Amino acid sequence: MLKIEGLKAEIEGKEILKGIDLEVPMGEVHAIMGPNGSGKSTLSYVLSGREGYEITGGSVTFDGVDLLAMEPEERASAGVFLAFQYPVELPGVGNANFLRTALNAQRRARGESELDAMQFLKMARARLKELQMSDEMLKRNVNVGFSGGEKKRNEVLQMALLAPKLAILDETDSGLDIDALKIVSDGVNALRGPGFSSLVITHYQRLLNHIVPDRVHVLMGGRIVRSGGKELALELEAEGYGTIAA
Amino acid sequence: MNAMTTGSDAFLARYDGLGGRLPGRDGYVAGLRARAAEAFRVAGLPHRRLEAWRYTDLSAVAQAGFTEALTLVEEAPALPPARAPHRAVFVDGRFAANLSRMPEGFRAVSLAGALDAAEGVLGSAPEQGLALVALNTMLFEDGLWLDLPEGTDGGTMELLSVATHTDRPIAFHPRHIIRLGRGSTLTLIETATGPNGAAYLHNPVYEIAVAEGATLSHVRLQREGRKAFQLSTVLASVQAGGTYDNFTLNAGGRLVRNEIHTALLGPKAACHMNGAQLAADGQHADTTTFLDHAAPDCASRQTYKTVLAGKSRGVFQGKILVRQAAQRTDGYQMNQALLLSEEAEIDAKPQLEIYADDVKCSHGATVGALDESQLFYLRSRGIPAEEARAMLVQAFLTEAVEGVTDPLAQDALAEAVEGWWEKEAA
Repeated sequence: MLKIEGLKAEIEGKEILKGIDLEVPMGEVHAIMGPNGSGKSTLSYVLSGREGYEITGGSVTFDGVDLLAMEPEERASAGVFLAFQYPVELPGVGNANFLRTALNAQRRARGESELDAMQFLKMARARLKELQMSDEMLKRNVNVGFSGGEKKRNEVLQMALLAPKLAILDETDSGLDIDALKIVSDGVNALRGPGFSSLVITHYQRLLNHIVPDRVHVLMGGRIVRSGGKELALELEAEGYGTIAA
Repeated sequence: MNAMTTGSDAFLARYDGLGGRLPGRDGYVAGLRARAAEAFRVAGLPHRRLEAWRYTDLSAVAQAGFTEALTLVEEAPALPPARAPHRAVFVDGRFAANLSRMPEGFRAVSLAGALDAAEGVLGSAPEQGLALVALNTMLFEDGLWLDLPEGTDGGTMELLSVATHTDRPIAFHPRHIIRLGRGSTLTLIETATGPNGAAYLHNPVYEIAVAEGATLSHVRLQREGRKAFQLSTVLASVQAGGTYDNFTLNAGGRLVRNEIHTALLGPKAACHMNGAQLAADGQHADTTTFLDHAAPDCASRQTYKTVLAGKSRGVFQGKILVRQAAQRTDGYQMNQALLLSEEAEIDAKPQLEIYADDVKCSHGATVGALDESQLFYLRSRGIPAEEARAMLVQAFLTEAVEGVTDPLAQDALAEAVEGWWEKEAA
């Protein structure tokens, strides 16, 4: 369903992605591991449509549709979700209002009926309960005054509500203690199924103990240099990225 | 002779020419007007060489050649829907009794019809020497006079100003007097509006006196027509334990100045002055505040937010004076501007002048564009770019708008902000 072919991208004239080939079939969870500066975050931003990156080659299709031609909001409505490495604070925007606006914008774009405040609240509370999060989460401004762990949990809450077909997790494990890591992982695992794929981008193997991937890819210097099963992650953990590069 | 004095002369000529046709010709009012005319003759219309007018240029006002609306338009103007049980409607600056529903239980009248009783009240606020106040005194035809006796709950009422003339540029200078006796309360929601095609001048002056323990909540929604000028001056004084809250939305007009002078005269008086200025292409919005802390243990809070789109200009000037007697003053002022275009310009000038030694007084200012990472975050969740921008503008205004607690005022404000965004910035 996600098909990346020969993807090249640069930022401010500097080439970061140097020809990426990657395919994530529907229902699978793939991990992308790599050292700092290998292009992991760039890949997640390019897939979700952030401005400032120039695509200089290759293609990305999602369900057979050219993803790169779509606006960020169109990608979201098509089912692509990015869990941010650094979730953005939105002072003055209530979390409930934000979530409902996002959900309804996506429903509208897909020709579905919008949810009224009561319907939304019922749905949000159900997701919160599943994720063992407090209703307080809805009352606060988006990510404002949240701890690192709370911000990541809020990403998972958004993901659970928006129910994407493809979730890109950009170093969602960074800055998480083990309890938060567990909540985040449970949130992702709960969505796993034939209609859900995920691209889990991480520096460390430990997240992959909780979200066990179907495939692991190693991204270095803007290219996928190795792919394998879940045991590849353990190998990387034991031997480091240096051996892979050699 | 330059354009500025031409403008002053034109207003003075109106005064000389109108002579006895202005209300109050036989009594003390004639004296007030004559003294005001003298002051205005000396000062002229404010010009940019004056420190307080450095960023706002009135030469377009000087050159417009305004006349008075001597005849009332026969057809009743379209009015916004009523929000409160009582409303005072002014059409081209004159009280329209047939369109108004005045409250009972306290004095709520047209000033023109009650001038004799207003002796000693009219013109009693400080700063009568300001040029625009003098201009108002010289030429005012009418205004709203509210006088709440001790302990009155005045509820919520509306003040509506509607301009109607489109055939020629008219000027009106309403004089509003609002006095709250000890412990009384009132919420006044004011809307000023007019046709988009007409260049008119609305130059209101408010003389506001809040007695001990009284609370006035004054919400002003400035939604004048796009070619209009509004130059408003609020002169407010607050006695011990009293509160004056002013929220002003500046959303219409071609050139608008919202000038507020508030004096905290008794211990533990309080004042909240908040505002939002929304200017689109070709608009100029100026908020200028003077806060006089003259008594101990008073608190003041000011939060002003300006959003500028297209080629527009915003001004915020805020001076806080803390006199020697005003020990334990707690003062705070924040002004922030959001620039939605590269052609927009904001000038901000906060000023603190402190003579007391035990004082907590701070101010801050920020200027910025919409945050790209916030915008992307919203869009990445499926929210279309325009809707995302609107959300961020609303969020930016939130802090200033939070000060408005009256639900009717909140609704009116939300509508005005939404309307502005849809029409002007999208």
